Amino acid sequence: MAFIDYYKILGISKNATDNDIKKAYRKLARKYHPDLNPNDKVAEAKFKEINEANEVLSHPENRKKYDQYGKDWKQSEEFEKAKQQQRQYQGSRQQQYSGGFDDHDFSDFFESMFGGASTGQRRSQAKFRGQDFNAELQLTLKDVYTTHKRTLTVNNKNIRITIPAGIENGQVIKIKGHGGKGVNNGPHGDLFIKFSIVNNTPFKRDNDNLYATVDLDLYKALLGGDVTVNTFDGKVKLTVKPETQTGTQIKLKGKGFPIYKKEGQFGDLYITYNVKMPTNLTTKEKALFTELAKLR
Amino acid sequence: MIMETKNLISIQQFCSHYNIPKSFIDSLYDYELIEIVFEDNEHYLRLTQINEVEKMMRLHYELDINLEGVDAIYNLLKQVDSLKKEITLLQNKLRFYRDL
Repeated sequence: MAFIDYYKILGISKNATDNDIKKAYRKLARKYHPDLNPNDKVAEAKFKEINEANEVLSHPENRKKYDQYGKDWKQSEEFEKAKQQQRQYQGSRQQQYSGGFDDHDFSDFFESMFGGASTGQRRSQAKFRGQDFNAELQLTLKDVYTTHKRTLTVNNKNIRITIPAGIENGQVIKIKGHGGKGVNNGPHGDLFIKFSIVNNTPFKRDNDNLYATVDLDLYKALLGGDVTVNTFDGKVKLTVKPETQTGTQIKLKGKGFPIYKKEGQFGDLYITYNVKMPTNLTTKEKALFTELAKLR
Repeated sequence: MIMETKNLISIQQFCSHYNIPKSFIDSLYDYELIEIVFEDNEHYLRLTQINEVEKMMRLHYELDINLEGVDAIYNLLKQVDSLKKEITLLQNKLRFYRDL
C-alpha cells in the first residue's frame, strides 16, 4: 500500500490554509465531477482521489494526523492510538461532494489511516443517487439481427435485459436503477451498457443498410441469367441482365438490417456485381476469344 | 388520470426527500430547465425528469454553480452527448469504408 500525497493531489503546499484547500478542492471538483464528465473513467478516478484528499485535509484533526504520521503510518504506535481516537470522533458536518458515489470509494491507505469513510458523521446527510456503472457487451452482427433477451452479471448480480434488434456498434443503452447503491437511502445509479458489435459476416453494415459483393462469371455477365445470392436471413434468386458490368449495384429493398426500435422495418441490401474473368484458358478458348476480338 | 399520476412526483415530496427549498425547483422552471405539471391543485415533476433534476441539484449545491451556470452546463452536456453519438456514427461509417 503506497503513501498518498494528498497535498500533491490538490496541488497545494503543506502550509496551505483552510481557504486554499477549499479553493483547490472546488476547482478540481468542478473539473472532474462525474456529472460534468459522463462515462469518463479517468475523471472518475481523479474525482475519487480529490474527494479523499479533501476528506483528510479539510478536516483539522485528520490533517494533523496525516501531517504527523503520514509517511510512517504503518510503524507508528502513536498512530494506532490516534486511530482509536479517530473512531470515536464525531465531527461537525462538513461539505463533501458525492458525485453520485457511495461511501466506500476511499483508498486502502485512507481506510488504514482513518478507518474508512464511516468514521464520524462527517459526510453530508443529503440523499444522493448511487454511482452509475459502465459495462461493455460484445455481440456479433448476427446476434443483433433479432431482438433477444440476455442475462448479464454485473457486480455479482444477474440482470436480464432485452437487446433490441438493430443496435449499433458503440451504442450505449441505460438500464435504470442497476448502478451503485445510493447514499443515505438515495436511489440507485444506472447501468450503462456499451455495445461492441463484431462483424464476422460477408456483409458490410452502414446504419440499417447492408452491402455485399457477388461474383459473376464472364458468361453470365455477358449473356444474362439467374444467380442465387445470400441475404442476411436466407437466399434470393436474382436475374442478371445481359452485358452487366463489374461494379453494377442493385438494391434489394427491405433485405438490409432491422431498424432500431422499429419492429418489422428493415434497411436495404445493396449487391455489387464483380465480374470474374476466366483464367487458365485452353487453346480452344483462346482461339475463340481471338475470333471474338476480331469481330469488335 | 390514474396512469398519468403514477408518472409524477409531487414537488413538495421531492423537496422534502432531498431537503432542498421549493424555490430551487421554481428557479429551474423559470430557467426553462424543467417542466412542472399542475394537477389537482398540486405541482408535480415527471419521474422521467428526476435524474436531470438530481444532476442540476448536484451542480448547484455541490459545486456552487449558480443557475445561469447550471443552464449553460446542462445545454453544453446535451451538446456533448449529441456529438458523442455523431462520433459513434462517423466511426462506424469510417469502419465501413475502411473494410471495403
